[in-house]
Amino acid sequence: MNAEAAAPIIDIRGLRKRFGNNEVLKGIDLAVQPGEVIAIIGKSGSGKSTLLRCINGLETFEDGALTVDGQPLLHRNAQAMRALRQRVGMIFQSFNLFPHLSVGRNVMLAPTLVKKRTGTEAQEQARKLLTRVGLEEKFDAHPDQLSGGQQQRVAIARALAMEPAVLLCDEITSALDPELVGEVLRVVESLADDGMTLLMVTHEMTFARKVCDRLVFMHAGRIHEMGPPAMLFGDPKTAELKQFLSALHD
Amino acid sequence: MVEFSLWDILRNLLLALRWTVVLSLIAFIGGGLVGLALLLARIAKLPGAERGVGGYVQLFQGTPLLMQLFLAYFGLALFGFKVSAWAAASLALTLYTSAFLSEIWRGCVNAIPRGQWEASASLALSFTEQLRHIILPQAMRIAIAPTVGFLVQVIKGTALASVIGFIELTKAGTMITNATFRPFTVYACVALLYFTLCFPISAWSHSLERKLRRER
Amino acid sequence: MTVTLDFIAVLIDWPFLLKGLAMTAALTAVSAIVGVAVGVACAWARAYGSLPLRSVVASYVELIRNTPFIVQLFFIFFGLPGLGVRLTPELASFLAMVINLGAYATEIVRAGVENTPRGQIEAAQSLALSRSQVFLRVVLPPSLQRVWPALVSQIIIVMLGSAVCGQIATQELSYYANLIQSRNFRAFEAYIVATFIYLGFAIFLRHLLNWIGPRFIFGAAPRRV
Repeated sequence: MNAEAAAPIIDIRGLRKRFGNNEVLKGIDLAVQPGEVIAIIGKSGSGKSTLLRCINGLETFEDGALTVDGQPLLHRNAQAMRALRQRVGMIFQSFNLFPHLSVGRNVMLAPTLVKKRTGTEAQEQARKLLTRVGLEEKFDAHPDQLSGGQQQRVAIARALAMEPAVLLCDEITSALDPELVGEVLRVVESLADDGMTLLMVTHEMTFARKVCDRLVFMHAGRIHEMGPPAMLFGDPKTAELKQFLSALHD
Repeated sequence: MVEFSLWDILRNLLLALRWTVVLSLIAFIGGGLVGLALLLARIAKLPGAERGVGGYVQLFQGTPLLMQLFLAYFGLALFGFKVSAWAAASLALTLYTSAFLSEIWRGCVNAIPRGQWEASASLALSFTEQLRHIILPQAMRIAIAPTVGFLVQVIKGTALASVIGFIELTKAGTMITNATFRPFTVYACVALLYFTLCFPISAWSHSLERKLRRER
Repeated sequence: MTVTLDFIAVLIDWPFLLKGLAMTAALTAVSAIVGVAVGVACAWARAYGSLPLRSVVASYVELIRNTPFIVQLFFIFFGLPGLGVRLTPELASFLAMVINLGAYATEIVRAGVENTPRGQIEAAQSLALSRSQVFLRVVLPPSLQRVWPALVSQIIIVMLGSAVCGQIATQELSYYANLIQSRNFRAFEAYIVATFIYLGFAIFLRHLLNWIGPRFIFGAAPRRV
């Protein structure tokens, strides 16, 4: 892929964010190409999740520029934020399925309300997406009847129903029992194969090495190293990354 | 036509307010004592207490206070007692308060973890000692906020005593309205006086609740 | 001293009691619907509204909760004509009940809304739902489920409180009990009968609302077996 010719789908320049007196992001520069799969790794507290949440506007930032699909982020403009969130979807660590709706209705809700799809259209789409994540028979089940891995796959289907250009994955397997992690990662891998742009905050290093185009290592609010997985794992340049990688092997 | 000033109205209402306060205190204290007895009977699992007190509470919580006042008034008369509005209102409100308070307090006692009972029993404490030294002190802490909050309900309940002729704030309002033909002003003043009496107590109850939540 | 109680004299007038109960039920039904709607709107205002709006709602809530219902009723029925607003007893009763329930419902619903897990709201926002869609479709249904028992209890309290409306000649249950006893002088029996009808209706109402809630108000998930 010719990275120079295509315009970045997400363009972050000099992003700074503070929580009270604590500066959590100290100037982030990142350009994401369409179709790229990026894994963001680093210690907890390095600002990884905060960066992700800035991209879909769940967090505001004080300084810098953030453009998605050529549009700058306008926090105060509710309409602009809704337009943004139709392009950028998010999967959460704690799934956040709507407990009062069945699985099928969870997936159908946003297309019906936001994209104004008819009931039949939305249902058809929901069934297709649930089949894609391997849960077609759970259409009428309720979230509390599903395992964690199943709930997370429903959450992925729900986000996909909005046909986003970018999917943000915020530690989506961290809350799962180990034996359930694989089923979720398989779905994510298939999304990557289909050309979805993915930004994932993750601790799953094997997965990152296998599936991602680029790895971003964050430490204390800054991007310390960035590059293909083989390069970061094989030839870490900074002391922090070396320390992080060695801690993983313990 | 005699002209009544706002102060005339307020002055008479304030005089009647005394009786609202007195009746509220009688009901609250009396109801508290009866409610406590009912609660202890229930906790001690005296025979028939659970169903009896349970039914008593359901009766008072599931029927209008107005009906309870009427029944006290006409019921006492029926059984040969010389009934004043005072007596009927005091009786009805005391029983009403006892039902609600015993239920509120029961909730507080039930909120004490079972482990407290088990630990104190394991230390060979008698039932009375368990109650006195372990359970009730903890339950009282939780109970203060809702009990204070219920005082507001009692004060508001005294307004219904006006219907059986007891002269308190609401009844005075009705009488003064009939004399002055200024219902808007009079009832606005009545409402304001109840508010002045109840709001500080409500606010106190809320602050007690917040304090308790912070301490947990 | 022997006391003879004559309940037949009261029960013979059962059509009156039925009429009264019907009016009580009608008043309760309509004020419950409108009152809860007011409560939801005000809860929204208190949770998401501007500062002046929140202050207005807070004042409304505190004023109603710290004054007796009978005074609110008398103010509406006797006081408002002083301003040129004349209401029928039924309308005044309905208005008083709605205003009263609305204030209590505001606090009850607000507690439910404020206990919504943050992740639910973030997920809904991430799906590009608008603010009103997030509130009405994602926040409100589970909130109502959470606070349903408290809301039901409050509706029953308002129903029992409506007994006072008979004092302004609204033809509900207590009014007819009054009427019956004024004709046959069996006051104690009349009020006992009325009291038991109220009790029965309260029990019925609780079951009805607990049945309606999961089916029509908030889609309750079937319990895991």
